Amino acid sequence: MSSNPTGGPTDVTPVGGRSSTHYVAPLDETPLVSVDAVKVAEKRSNLWIDAWQDVRRRPMFWISAALILVVALVALFPGLFTQTPPNNNCILGNSNGGPADGHPLGFTKQGCDIYSRIVHGTSTSLSVGFIVIVLTTTLGILFGAFAGFYGGWVDAVLSRLGDIFFSIPYILAAVVIMSVLSQYRSVWSISLAIGIFAWPSTARVLRSEILRVKNADFVMASTALGLSRFKILLKHVLPNSIAPVIVITTISLAGAIVAEASLSFLGVGLGSNIMSWGNDINQAQNDLRTAPQTLILPSIALSVTVFAFISLGEVVRDALDPKARALR
Amino acid sequence: MTGYIFRRILQAIPVFLGTTFLIYFMVFAMPGDPIVALFGDKTPNPAVVAQLRAQYHLDQPFIVQYLIYLGGIFRGDFGLSFSGEPVTAILARTFPVTARLAILALLFETFFGILVGLVSGLRKGKLFDASSLAVSLILISLPIFVIAFVGQYVFGVWLGWARTTVSSGAPLQDLVLPALVLASVSFAQIVRLTRASVIETSGLDFVRTAYSKGLSSRRVIPVHILRNSLIPVVTYLATDFGVLLVGATITEGIFNVPGVGNTLYQAIIRGEGPTVVSFVTVMVLIYLVVNILVDLFYGLLDPRIRYVK
Repeated sequence: MSSNPTGGPTDVTPVGGRSSTHYVAPLDETPLVSVDAVKVAEKRSNLWIDAWQDVRRRPMFWISAALILVVALVALFPGLFTQTPPNNNCILGNSNGGPADGHPLGFTKQGCDIYSRIVHGTSTSLSVGFIVIVLTTTLGILFGAFAGFYGGWVDAVLSRLGDIFFSIPYILAAVVIMSVLSQYRSVWSISLAIGIFAWPSTARVLRSEILRVKNADFVMASTALGLSRFKILLKHVLPNSIAPVIVITTISLAGAIVAEASLSFLGVGLGSNIMSWGNDINQAQNDLRTAPQTLILPSIALSVTVFAFISLGEVVRDALDPKARALR
Repeated sequence: MTGYIFRRILQAIPVFLGTTFLIYFMVFAMPGDPIVALFGDKTPNPAVVAQLRAQYHLDQPFIVQYLIYLGGIFRGDFGLSFSGEPVTAILARTFPVTARLAILALLFETFFGILVGLVSGLRKGKLFDASSLAVSLILISLPIFVIAFVGQYVFGVWLGWARTTVSSGAPLQDLVLPALVLASVSFAQIVRLTRASVIETSGLDFVRTAYSKGLSSRRVIPVHILRNSLIPVVTYLATDFGVLLVGATITEGIFNVPGVGNTLYQAIIRGEGPTVVSFVTVMVLIYLVVNILVDLFYGLLDPRIRYVK
């Protein structure tokens, strides 16, 4: 603005001053070159790049990412964090004992090392979480995408089917399934029990997003270009409506971890041979008065893990949804 | 509106049939013979077993059992539990307790949730807002049984302000602590919903008009901002009431509340198929009815919804 390449009357005194020559406003022209120049060096921006730019400036993102990294490391390599076996060498004399040399968090009722049990329970929680989201995302995308994109009777059938699974509170449903599968209690069966009733929320989110996207101009353009309906769904509609699915997947990962712990806590979850925070909390509940640490410590591990995934999900949602960004 | 109501009820019918069928199918796929299990270690008399089997229609094919059961539901007959008590009688005993707990929790979460959410939304970005958001994030991250045990330990054992378990008859003062625990998660959600809604409403033209007419914020905040921010909150509350009536299993178990959730859980553990099916059916019915009411109410508030085909 201040530069004046056309060489206007720069010697003119402004209006306020007394001058014999009349005032001529300076020409304000943007040089054509800067308008026409294609900025080759500038990166193309899209939803994902914008989101990354937003997310990297938020401390909450780095906190939750760091927590998830630590939790993942503990889950993958428990041997790096403790040498004490979680289930063997438990000495009943140490029952509900406080911290001792080599046992920083003390002992459970059975005299096992609490720290080691927490470390070895991590992979159980994360495995259940990941198997469940693979299940819910697959089912959710299949049901949500077809229901939203094809509409009509396909939508009616698939949506009512989703409603059926959605209407049964999923903890109750999982309790029933786990009692049916009582002979086959494993990480796989509990993930199945949770996932089979948790997918409708993913499907609903994707369906409403696809309803929004499928009327966009680029969909009409691909129809005009002769792409088949299925290819349009796969190549254009789905990639453009996947953002909310990513958010709900992160949050349902946390939900699945809570569900596993709840089921194990209720005594219908994993067998006692499998290390699980929920089992440990269940075992400790009768000693709440005398030895609260045996209950509180695995609860903290559980809550921190859940917190990490939920806050990651919320940061990502804020970044992907401009409307949520305005609320900050 | 009539068409909308009709459509909404029509949609609920296949869902109800599907849900009851699914539950019936799952429960009767349970391993073990429930009739034999009734006798414990004793060897049952085959004649008695056959008679019981006929009484519970267990000698019929699965689909016939389901249809008989469905017919009973329409006559208001939800069957007998294995202890011989009609399921409706168990429900009549346990449901008031759960309803009391749910209403108490609903009162807590509504009052505190809207209050904190309103103040947060009006002071967006200030210290109070930041800390209430942090607290709500933490509350959402804590599994309900962790909140329950911490509440039990702090208020029951440590401070001694409340009983750790509910005494028989479930008097109201014993239900305060479980209700607070139950309300905590929804409280966090209501704070967020109210806050977002208040921020959105505060920026609208009619609020500016109200202020420029010279109205004081003591009038603008409750009448103009709050009232117009409550639609999403009211919807959430109604849905949540359905959830509270249905899903308090864990909290009821920990505080030993003799409610629906606790009774259902005991029945599942004991493998009492018919009781489980009946309870879950009633719960799903409540849930569906509450959801239809919410949708109708929402359609009443927002005409855009009822005209969408």
